[in-house]
Amino acid sequence: MMEENREQSVQVPTGVSVSQDREALNIEREDICIETRGLNLYYGEDQALKNVNLRIPRNRVTAFIGPSGCGKSTLLRCFNRMNDLIDICRIEGEILIDGQDIHHRDVDVAEHRRRVGMVFQKPNPFPKSIFENVAYGLRLQGVNDRRKLAEVVENALRSAALWDEVKDRLDDNAFGLSGGQQQRLVIARAIAIEPEVILLDEPCSALDPISTAKVEELIIELKDRYTIVIVTHNMQQAARVSDFTAYMYMGEMVEFDDTSRLFTNPRRRATEDYITGRYG
Amino acid sequence: MKFREWFKSGDPWIWMIGGALSISVIMVVGLLLLIAVRGFSHFWPAPLVETTVTAVDGSQSVILGETVDSETLPADRVREAGEFIDEDAQVITRHLFKVGNRDLTGRDFVWHLEAALGEWRYPEDAMMIERREWGNFYGYPLRIEEDGETVAGGEGLWSELQARIARANELHEQIDRIERQEIGRINNQLEEIRLEERGLEHYGVTGAEREAVMADLAARRAALETEYEDLRAQRNDLQARAERDVLYARTANGREVAINLDQIVMASKNNALGLAGKLGFYWHRIADFLTGYPREANTEGGIFPAIFGTVVMVLIMSVLVTPFGVLAAIYLREYARQGPILRMIRVSVYNLAGVPSIVFGVFGLGFFVYLLGGSIDEMFFPERLPAPTFGTPGLFWASLTLALLTLPVVIVSTEEGLARIPRSVREGSLALGATKWETLWKVVVPLSAPAMMTGLILAVARAAGEVAPLMLVGVVKLAPSLPVDGEFPYVHLERKIMHLGFHIYDVGFQSPNVEAARPLVYATALTLVALILILNLTAIAIRNRLREKYRSESD
Repeated sequence: MMEENREQSVQVPTGVSVSQDREALNIEREDICIETRGLNLYYGEDQALKNVNLRIPRNRVTAFIGPSGCGKSTLLRCFNRMNDLIDICRIEGEILIDGQDIHHRDVDVAEHRRRVGMVFQKPNPFPKSIFENVAYGLRLQGVNDRRKLAEVVENALRSAALWDEVKDRLDDNAFGLSGGQQQRLVIARAIAIEPEVILLDEPCSALDPISTAKVEELIIELKDRYTIVIVTHNMQQAARVSDFTAYMYMGEMVEFDDTSRLFTNPRRRATEDYITGRYG
Repeated sequence: MKFREWFKSGDPWIWMIGGALSISVIMVVGLLLLIAVRGFSHFWPAPLVETTVTAVDGSQSVILGETVDSETLPADRVREAGEFIDEDAQVITRHLFKVGNRDLTGRDFVWHLEAALGEWRYPEDAMMIERREWGNFYGYPLRIEEDGETVAGGEGLWSELQARIARANELHEQIDRIERQEIGRINNQLEEIRLEERGLEHYGVTGAEREAVMADLAARRAALETEYEDLRAQRNDLQARAERDVLYARTANGREVAINLDQIVMASKNNALGLAGKLGFYWHRIADFLTGYPREANTEGGIFPAIFGTVVMVLIMSVLVTPFGVLAAIYLREYARQGPILRMIRVSVYNLAGVPSIVFGVFGLGFFVYLLGGSIDEMFFPERLPAPTFGTPGLFWASLTLALLTLPVVIVSTEEGLARIPRSVREGSLALGATKWETLWKVVVPLSAPAMMTGLILAVARAAGEVAPLMLVGVVKLAPSLPVDGEFPYVHLERKIMHLGFHIYDVGFQSPNVEAARPLVYATALTLVALILILNLTAIAIRNRLREKYRSESD
C-alpha cells in the first residue's frame, strides 16, 4: 500500500507549521556528505533496514522520522559504526562518508567515530567533572596540555550554550547538572573533538520543553559548521530544526525530501497518513 | 471461613517472616552480648574473698582469692566424685575460687563445697599481684626490702610499693627493648655473615678474593660481638637494678613469701578501690591486653602480636586478591566470548567459593609452600639450605592462600558491578573515539569501583575469621617476632605470624591452664569481632565515598 504513488497532490492539513520564509531546497544541488547505497541490515534473521539509498547533504540538518521500530535509530547508528558492538548484526551495501567507504578495512573504527560524533537519547555524562567530561575526547587523543584543554573546553561549552551556566563550577561532578544541561554537556563533549558529522538520537526525548527549546536552538546554530543528522519522534521538532526530512517505515526509506515540501506536500500517501496522524 | 480470610489476607505470612527475622536478630545479638559481657567483665577488678575451709578431717585452712563460678549439683554426683557429704543433703552448692599462688600450692583454681566454707570476708588489706611468672599472687603485703634492708612497712608501704613497681616496670621495658630490638638486630646481622660465608663456599669463590671477603666478615663479626657484649653487660646491669627490691608478703595461711619486684606486673588492693580506682584498673588492664605480648603459654598477658598479625595478613590478602579478582572479572564479563566454555568457567569459579577452607589450606601447603616456596629457596636463597626461607609456612603464603579462598567473592561482585553499568555510558565513550580498553579503564571500571569494594568487604570479613587453612600455611601459637619491624626489608613476608582466630583455638583448647584461659577466649573473640567490624566499617566508608563520587541518575 505504501508503494502506491499518489496521482495528485492534495492539501495536507498537518497542523505542523513549517517556516515558509525560505527557499525550497533541492537535494540535487546540495554537496553530499553521507551516502548509503543498497544498505541492508540484519539482526540475526530479522531484517531491520531494507535497501536504503540515501544522500545526506553537508552542513544541513537532516531529520529521520517514523514510528517506533522503523529502523531510524539503527540507520543513524550505522553512520558511526555503533552497530559493530552488536554481535548478531550484519550489514550489506555501502555507506560512504565524503566518498569513502566506512567499512573499508583500512578504516580505524575509533578514528572514524572521532569524525562522526553522536549524542544519545538519554544524557550519558561520565562520572567525572564537567571539565573532564568535555576534555575526555581530547585526552584520548593524547592532548594533556592544561592550557590547550582549557581553551577547547571553553569553546565547546560556549558553542553548546552552556558556558555561562557552568563556568564557575567546572570541577564539579557532571551528575550535578540538570537533564537539559547534561544533554548540552554531552553535545559540547561531542563538538570538542571537532567532528564533521553529529548524529543526534532523539536528543530531546528525556528533556522538558524549555531544555528542548535550548537544544533545538543549538542545533540550528551548529549546522553552519557540522553536518547534523537527527532522529526524532516529534514531528514538530523535525519541522522546526531540519532542512531535509526522511520518513521511514518498517526498515524502508519511504520518502526523503526538503522538509517544507515533505510536510506540506508529501508525495506518498503513507507519509501523509503519518504526518497527519492517520497512521495506525 | 474467617480463618480462610485471615489466611488469604497474608497476615500469617507476615507474622512468619517477621518472626524469622526476630529470631535471627535475637540469636546474633545474644551471641554478641555473651561475648561482650564475658570479654569485658574479665578485666573488671573482682572482690577478693577470704574464708576458712574445713576439711573432712576437721583441719582448717584459710583461702583468699576471687570467686569465678558457682554451681548447684545433685548430691549424688558429687559423692560419686569422691567428696564426703552429709547423708541427708539432696543438692550441693560449690564455688570455684581463683586462689593463685601456683608456685606454692600447685593449683590456682580450686572448687570448694559451700558447706565447708566459713564466713566470707572482704579484707581491705588483701592484695592481688599480677606476676610475670606463676600467675597471680593473693595475700597481704608485709614490707619491702632493698638490698636486704627494710625500706618500707606499715603505713607508707602501699604507695612506696606502687612507686617501686613503676620503677621496676620501666627498667623491665628497657631490658625488653634491648632483648627484642638490639640483640635481635645483632643476631640477624650475625646470621647474615654466616650466610655470606656459606655463600662463598656455595658459589665456589676461592683464592685471594675469598681471603679478602673472609677477613672482612671476620672483622664485622668481631665488631658485632663486641657490641653484643656491651649490650649484654648493659642488660645485666639493668636486670640487677630491677631486682633490687623485694616485697615480702603473707599468704592467707600465714606463710611468708618473698616476691622480687622485677616479677610484678601490677599490684592492686581490689577491696579498697573506689569506683574511680576500679575504672582506672579496668582501662589499664584492657590496654595491657590489647598492646601487650603474651606470657605463660598465652594464658596471661596481651594479644598484640595476634592483632597485628591478623591485620597485616588481611591487608596483604586484600592487596593480592583485588587486582586478580578485578582483572579476571573484567575478562569474563567484557572480553571472553560468551558460550558453554565460559559458562563452565563461571560455574567453577562460583563453586570455588563453596570449597571447604581446609582444602585451600592443604593446597596452599602443598603448592605454595613446598613447591613454590621450595623453588624460591633453591633459586634465591641457596646458601641458607637446608634451612628453608620461603619453603616453610609464613605470612605471604597465608595471605596468598586466603586470597585464593576469597577470589570468587571478588570476581562475582565485580562482575555484577560491571553488568550494572548502563550501555549508554559505554556507548558515549566509544562514540568519542575511545577504544574498548580506554572505555573500560576510564569509565566503566571507576563506575563499578563501589561493587569491587563490596567484594573486598565480603572477602575481608571471610578472611579475617578464617582459621583452619591458616594452621597449615603460616600461623603459629607463638611467633618470636612481628612480621613488620625496623629491620630491612621492614615487611618480612617469610615470617610466621600469630592470628586472633588461631589464638582463640589455642588458648581455649590447647592451654595447660583451662580455667585461667577461659576469660581470655571471650576477650580474644570480642577483639576479633571488633577488628572485623573496624575493617569492614573502613571499607564501607570508602565504598560510600566512591558511591557518592560516581553517583548517577541511573542508580
